[in-house]
Amino acid sequence: MNKTLTYIEAISEGLREEMRRDNSVFLLGEDIGAYGGAFKVTKGFVEEFGEERVLDTVLGEAAILGAASGAALVGMRPVAEMQFSDFVSNGFNQLVNISAKYHYRNFTPIPMVVRLPSGGGIHGGPFHSINPEAWFFHVPGLKLVAPSTPYDAKGLLKAAIRDNNPVLYFEHKYLYRHIKGEVPDDDYIVPIGKADIKREGADITVITYHNGVHWSLSAAETMAKEGIEVEVVDLRSLMPLDKEAILRSVKKTGKVLIVHEDTLTGGIGGEISAMITEHAFEFLDAPIRRVASLDTPVPYAPTLEEAFLPSAKKVVVELQKLAAY
Amino acid sequence: MTQQHGKKNIQLTSEHKHQLYFFMRLMREFEDTILRLYHQGKIVGGAYSGNGNEATAVGSAFALEKHDYLFPMHRDIGAHFVKGQTVLNMFLQHLGRANSLTRGRDGTGHYSDPSLKIYGNISNLGAMVPVACGAALASKMRKENAVAMTYIGDGGSSVGEVHEALMMASVMKLPLVLIIENNQYAYSTPIAKQFIVKKLSDRAIGYGIPGLTVDGTDVLAVYDVCKDAVERGRKGEGPTIIESVTMRMHGHAAHDNAWYVPKQLHEEWKKKDPVEQFEKKLLKEKVVTEKSLKEIQVKIQLEIETALKEAEASSYPSSEEVTQGVYAD
Repeated sequence: MNKTLTYIEAISEGLREEMRRDNSVFLLGEDIGAYGGAFKVTKGFVEEFGEERVLDTVLGEAAILGAASGAALVGMRPVAEMQFSDFVSNGFNQLVNISAKYHYRNFTPIPMVVRLPSGGGIHGGPFHSINPEAWFFHVPGLKLVAPSTPYDAKGLLKAAIRDNNPVLYFEHKYLYRHIKGEVPDDDYIVPIGKADIKREGADITVITYHNGVHWSLSAAETMAKEGIEVEVVDLRSLMPLDKEAILRSVKKTGKVLIVHEDTLTGGIGGEISAMITEHAFEFLDAPIRRVASLDTPVPYAPTLEEAFLPSAKKVVVELQKLAAY
Repeated sequence: MTQQHGKKNIQLTSEHKHQLYFFMRLMREFEDTILRLYHQGKIVGGAYSGNGNEATAVGSAFALEKHDYLFPMHRDIGAHFVKGQTVLNMFLQHLGRANSLTRGRDGTGHYSDPSLKIYGNISNLGAMVPVACGAALASKMRKENAVAMTYIGDGGSSVGEVHEALMMASVMKLPLVLIIENNQYAYSTPIAKQFIVKKLSDRAIGYGIPGLTVDGTDVLAVYDVCKDAVERGRKGEGPTIIESVTMRMHGHAAHDNAWYVPKQLHEEWKKKDPVEQFEKKLLKEKVVTEKSLKEIQVKIQLEIETALKEAEASSYPSSEEVTQGVYAD
């Protein structure tokens, strides 16, 4: 049996199921209890699980992330919510120096999840819109996932909660209520580290994740009308990166476009591009191209934000260049 | 400076006092050995000394039970021993050997031993206080009746994460004991340049929790206030700040000769040497004799020599395993 859920409903459902399944799972964050969270992901959770498992915390990201690490160190499975992913910088030290390094230096696992409502397109401005995955992509010891559909959102969250490592779960705020999809009733997980081909095609590979998947699928429709078949590879997990799936698709099509909403310079697209040239250079028929946000803070006014963000139209422009190459 | 002690409501037996002395002396001898090894070029990284901090490290940890969580700092080697850590494991750690608790991935007291509920610090000062809160939170959720004890220096107490952790611990009434080891210097920076309150324990007022200042060179006084704080935590009465006033008798680390410490200040504190002070007290109380002190000394020396020999005979990890363990299975 399947049902149709929005992306945000899928996240809530995944959290609920894992909390019912495992008593060591608990939530902590700002305003997540009685209020139900800034985006209402945890609405009704206090009623079901009680205040002792849905902890409203003080306003302090380092306290939240540190407490999550400490509880995980001694055998709990905390899920910490950052109200907005932008605020994770206030607790950066905890993640990059404790959560990430503890297992390597000590072989003591830290099974924790950090939920990070990310992304723009909601007129949030410079401090409520960022995609901070590249900050953490460079930190060995952290896992990073970024689902694009309700099915993946629920399955990856459940996998993240069961994983024995710190997993940063980037949930895209624009997708919360804009995207609906089929979600099975049965218990399932989406394995961390496995990409998913969201559309098959033989001519050009698009490597993308999060909101980029939806721009790319829409652009692929447009290109199909021109007789160009685009393959859309949804990374789903950023760390570990599914290099095999990327290379398989690249070797099949010979042309590559990388699409992400994070800003261009130092975004993870650069690393993916380098990895492809190292391992599949002789298969390439064109330079690797990228579509990303402009190298500015996220602007507020709709005209500016539209200019800043990628879009299906911008993806089409690059795909046409690649097709003509 | 007015020093407040605990209520002296805990009667320690002669046996307990013997143990306190043993651990303090062991810490002193162990660290002296480490410094000697450092100067012989046998320690691959840095070497830190807790000389002057023995009463604080040992007295505080002595107030813990087996099921309590210990989050020690770099001048608390004695606390590790009290909690049950072996001298051999400590040497292996310092020497970066393959069979150390971190398999050579980290040095000094930077390790964890979940079997003893010891969770080692990281070098970013203040960062472990929120983590200790997390253990205290887990204890509370699971009704373990365990407290988390952690430490920070006068310098590290300025770090924002410490404030955030205390906010959380106080409002959630977490069983946390934070010991601020006020040892007069943060690396080379004297306390006069770090804070203008009279006592660091006064910070507790801002969190609405008890804050006590204790003579950090007096092991019984430290034990007393810590025991009270631990009991408060166990009873669900929340966290306590204890400021333990002591002196860092050596430099920040072995490479630092502490030229910036006025000679006179150093001399004054030398008179209050925590280990010597306690030894005199025990002799006076006839808890020990010159003969039994000698026996303790011999026992410690033997333990150190045996462990060091074994540690030095152990090999470094093989370079092939450098990528192992970044992620847990």
